Amino acid sequence: MVKESTLDAATALYSQVVPAGDYWMHIVLKGETLRILDLEGNQAADTLFFNADDPAERYSASDTIREQGNLYLSAGTVLLSDLCRPMLTITADTVGRHDTIGGACATESNTVRYALEKKSMHACRDSYLLAVTENEHYGLTKRDIGHNINFFMNVPVTPDGKLTFADGLSAPGKYVEMTAHMNVIVLMSNCPQLNNPCNAYNPTPIEVLIWGEGA
Amino acid sequence: MKDVIYADTLPGGKHWSLVMRRNTRLKLTDVEGGANVGMLFYNPLNLLERYNAPDTLKCQHTFKLTTGHCLYSDMGRVFCSIVSDTAGWHDTVCGNTTKAIVARKWGETSYQTKRNDWQQNGHDGFLVEAAKYGLGRRDLASNVNWFSKVVVADDGALSLDPSGTRAGACVELRFEMDTLVLFHTCPHPLSTATSYPRKPVLFEILEGAPATAEDPCRLSAAENGRGFENNRIFHAGCCAGGR
Repeated sequence: MVKESTLDAATALYSQVVPAGDYWMHIVLKGETLRILDLEGNQAADTLFFNADDPAERYSASDTIREQGNLYLSAGTVLLSDLCRPMLTITADTVGRHDTIGGACATESNTVRYALEKKSMHACRDSYLLAVTENEHYGLTKRDIGHNINFFMNVPVTPDGKLTFADGLSAPGKYVEMTAHMNVIVLMSNCPQLNNPCNAYNPTPIEVLIWGEGA
Repeated sequence: MKDVIYADTLPGGKHWSLVMRRNTRLKLTDVEGGANVGMLFYNPLNLLERYNAPDTLKCQHTFKLTTGHCLYSDMGRVFCSIVSDTAGWHDTVCGNTTKAIVARKWGETSYQTKRNDWQQNGHDGFLVEAAKYGLGRRDLASNVNWFSKVVVADDGALSLDPSGTRAGACVELRFEMDTLVLFHTCPHPLSTATSYPRKPVLFEILEGAPATAEDPCRLSAAENGRGFENNRIFHAGCCAGGR
């Protein structure tokens, strides 16, 4: 469901451009609102959430889609943890549909999907592993890297059970916004994938903005 | 060469685990119809290597699992191949029942009142089995739900299609590397049954031949050929002495 935001970028407490291929790891406090902005269109923002007060609790794709009875994420979706507790609610979305079953690219999965020689190409899960290692104070390790959200990606399922990687619904300037119900660690890999037509083989920057409670 | 090494029936609503050797097979049979088998896979040599549903689905461009599909680890290797399947459609995105979901759908029960007829849930079943190997909640991932056909409407609505189940349906997995298997027979979380479905599952461990060069699972997609090559490289350098 497409729903415009009422928030003004000029009043954001925080904004940061995340270059393609970098990770962004940041705490969003309970009540704050995070906007992820697709600056140039059809860029995958591979995103995980952890409870900042108990990082063993994390975003769960399967619990989220099952409890809302729908495979796609959009405005109104409550992002649930593995304990089925609300972590964030998507409050605005100008894209209309985001994927959470396609996962994040890895050097190993690139060998399967594209070619064995692709194993040295930069991948989201390398960014995740670097992020948890460079930020040891959170206590996260590889075992915490669960199944992520692919903001701005469109991965529809056909009636006969095929998975398709359809043309993106996103475009330059489209965004998704979510308000936190608990203090959350956001771990985002701005996808570096060069082998997939979904981003026209050209990874681009995204911007993140945060507003305070009641903004 | 498909000798049965072991056969057992797990009653409905229970959990168990086992380590499958490379090239052995695990055959599951939905004895009465309406069964669900939640299943997770780990590499016993490196428990951080585990079943990855997104990698499995996207590299084979599929939402359902059936004959010819391979089940991948997060390290680009094939834990097992689906060598036969008379059910035709298995889910791997909906996760498990939890204690709260079971209570909401079928009422609260306790061991104190029901003894072993209590209504257990898949999530807690996995926790118990995972803990036997030093694994915990943080190590769980999206599991397979064998015998459960979950369909997706155009708008993304998810539902459990009861036409996907019948008595006697069976699925046979050939393991392409040594694999720790956790499983439970708790109901599918989208079940609309009016009472807690307690459906037994026959599980058989069979000797079997390794995948040949012309194996249908290996050839079902170019991606699977590369997955098998990753397994070959793993076993070539692996300390387990696999060949």
